[in-house]
Amino acid sequence: MNMLLNNLRELRNYPSAMAGILVVLALVAFSIYTLVTIPYDEAVTLWRGGENIWYRLPRNAPPAWINVFRRQKLPESIILNSAQGEAEKSTEAMSQGQQMVNLTFTFDFQADAFPDALALYFQPTYREKSPFVSAIWTTPDGREIRIGDFAVSTGTVFRFEQDDRLRRRLSREVGDYPAHVALFMQPDVEPPTPLKGTYTLHLSAVTFEEGSDLEAEFIAYGKVYGIAGTDHLRRDLRIALMWGAPVALAFGLLAALGTTLTTMVIAAFGVWFGSWVDDLIQRVTEVNLMLPLLPILIMVGTFYSRSIWLLLGVTILLSIFGGGIKTYRAIFLQIRESPYIEAAQAYGAGDIRIVFHYLVPRIIPVLIPQLVTLIPSYVFLEASLAVLGLGDPLLPTWGKVIQDAQSNGALYKGLYYWVLEPAGLLMVTGLGFAMVGFALDRVFNPRLREL
Amino acid sequence: MAKSALTLDQIPETPPAETAPASRGSTLARVGKYTLVRGITLFITVVIGVYLTVLIANMGGYVDNIRRGEIQESVSFQVMNDPALRTLTVEEKRALIAERIRLEEKRLGLDQPFLVRSFRFLRNALTLQLGRAQRMTSDSGSRQVRLIILERLPPTLLLFGTSNLLLFFLSLGIALGFARRYGSLMDRIFVALSPTSAAPGWFYGIFLILIFAGLLHWLPFGGMVAAPPPKSPIAYALSLARHMVLPIAALLLSSIFISVYSWRTFFLIYASEDYVEMARAKGLPDRLVERRYILRPTLPTIITSFALTLIGLWTGAPIFETVFNWPGLGRTLFQAVGLFDTAVIVGSTVIFAYLLAITVFLLDIIYALVDPRVRVGAGGGNGR
Repeated sequence: MNMLLNNLRELRNYPSAMAGILVVLALVAFSIYTLVTIPYDEAVTLWRGGENIWYRLPRNAPPAWINVFRRQKLPESIILNSAQGEAEKSTEAMSQGQQMVNLTFTFDFQADAFPDALALYFQPTYREKSPFVSAIWTTPDGREIRIGDFAVSTGTVFRFEQDDRLRRRLSREVGDYPAHVALFMQPDVEPPTPLKGTYTLHLSAVTFEEGSDLEAEFIAYGKVYGIAGTDHLRRDLRIALMWGAPVALAFGLLAALGTTLTTMVIAAFGVWFGSWVDDLIQRVTEVNLMLPLLPILIMVGTFYSRSIWLLLGVTILLSIFGGGIKTYRAIFLQIRESPYIEAAQAYGAGDIRIVFHYLVPRIIPVLIPQLVTLIPSYVFLEASLAVLGLGDPLLPTWGKVIQDAQSNGALYKGLYYWVLEPAGLLMVTGLGFAMVGFALDRVFNPRLREL
Repeated sequence: MAKSALTLDQIPETPPAETAPASRGSTLARVGKYTLVRGITLFITVVIGVYLTVLIANMGGYVDNIRRGEIQESVSFQVMNDPALRTLTVEEKRALIAERIRLEEKRLGLDQPFLVRSFRFLRNALTLQLGRAQRMTSDSGSRQVRLIILERLPPTLLLFGTSNLLLFFLSLGIALGFARRYGSLMDRIFVALSPTSAAPGWFYGIFLILIFAGLLHWLPFGGMVAAPPPKSPIAYALSLARHMVLPIAALLLSSIFISVYSWRTFFLIYASEDYVEMARAKGLPDRLVERRYILRPTLPTIITSFALTLIGLWTGAPIFETVFNWPGLGRTLFQAVGLFDTAVIVGSTVIFAYLLAITVFLLDIIYALVDPRVRVGAGGGNGR
């Protein structure tokens, strides 16, 4: 044990090991933070949630910080909800129980590019007759553009780009552009350039019943979002990127621990008991080496379940009787001949005691570096399975983000952030563990050190 | 993963050197006997492996369900389209279909217990009667799983053969160079970069595609040849080469540093042996020392590693080929998963197992021919 600690202390002489340890510690801290701030259930609900959770976010938007590196600033989303007091609201009573509800959304637009889309989400209250709304758009230079008149029932969504009458009207006034361009462009400037300044959207609604009311949410979808951006389903990638860390760590650590420890114990038993036990283990290992791990994992994932825990279990099962058995066996065979084992036997130590107290501890110097170097390969295995579409259906992971990006042609469409963010995190994780593992290998196997 | 699964220990143990005079015979006979024994053990291994595959694929009842579905479909189709049966009522037709399905299932043995059936599946798989695909077809339009797989094999062989051979000889050469003057700047750079090999090839592939296809537009995003394929053989080969640059680069990038690192360490250990020092002290030229005193004793290990390189041809391909859209065996497996085409999935796994076994078998023969221990026993103790 003391030797172990001394060896670990020696790690300080390896800058790369220290960097690796820092990365690993940071990842652990990040994972704990994630688990605390976004509990499992919430992560699953959010990630599997559809349009009703994510409707406010733009589609395929890069992270907002890319604006720092751009001369032309891309717009962020503008979300104004009258129910939360983000619009001026006034109500006038009219005859026969009718009322006039006025909502004015005012916002400042300073970006160098057009928004991605415009939408109005209506939340009217009424019993039978739905309110009737007319909408007017005012640009910073004072032009007024009529958006349209429409009856709004519960759940009505007005998407500016999809309204034919609005498009015809706009093409007569400013030219044939989609609404989110036409409404923001400077008149008669080619190519279309956004006009900066204060815009207003005025809604005047007539309600026909006593107590009937109208709230609305105006969204000008931006072209960038948050610290991680969004994917094709408008989901905030931050959740998947954060949750990927604990999943990757847990999978890598459990798989590496599970395989190395069981492999080692099995090899020790085989060597100690010899004869048919050893033979059996050797034959099982040979059969197992003939089974291709990845195709079997693919079959299990396809036929049974894609749960990450099942795949973890199968991975461990298939890797127990892997190449490691033969390495450990060779070392154990040497140790078995040592005099101190003979001495232990003379003292009357039992088989189990000899295996666990005399054989196994001697192999720890080989084990620890192997364990650490194995972690990244399992982290990448999980990612590989996810990239193949065999990711856990519930949990968001880094591999799944890469898979989503791949299957939606992120690289073809130039949505590099979508691939680079999870890939970067994977790389950092893999490198962190690998650097520690390599340094450990040098510390524990002194023969390598002077080389 | 595949990469890390391959360690030096995966190669079957070399046969024990037999020195008993009784077993003295011609090398050929010995190698033949050894080959036979090894072949039989390997075949048993493959049988067990394939049987496990069959069990896994059948445990969920998928294969059975699919066969039942096939029978039902074909029988219904026959009955519904048989002009002689047109006069029957719907009820009568339904009864007839049920009866025929029962007979057909009986004929195919689907009414037998699973154990019996599983052995029949095993026989079919081992004799490469892989059945017909549900949805996938080969380029020539056949639904025979065997034909689909055979068609996909050459691209896989081409890509992984080229890149793995390149990787092997390149890393060996560089490592020898570094072992000669270790501690040089390049040497230190390679050692420092070796942890980057934790990431698999497809991972680097994504980055390479991003840079060289997405940003620079120098090379294609993926695929094997341009579409439509060029007519003339030279243009075809050029297009093929262009499409192979990125995958090969990705594979090299992900493995070369660790490979060079471990080879150089290995050579250095051998170079610090006393007899090497002795040879140097005698004033033998470096090249000669290298060839005779370092390279020769390490030859068995080099061959082992080369063998592993060959085995590595069959593993880890699915993701790599998917990322690069390479029309090989791995991508076929991946597509089959997407289409739930069980026959193709089981077929690919069987083929993987066979290819692995054949590679190991061939290597064993090479071992028997090359390994000095086997030769000494055979040659009747000439020399040592």
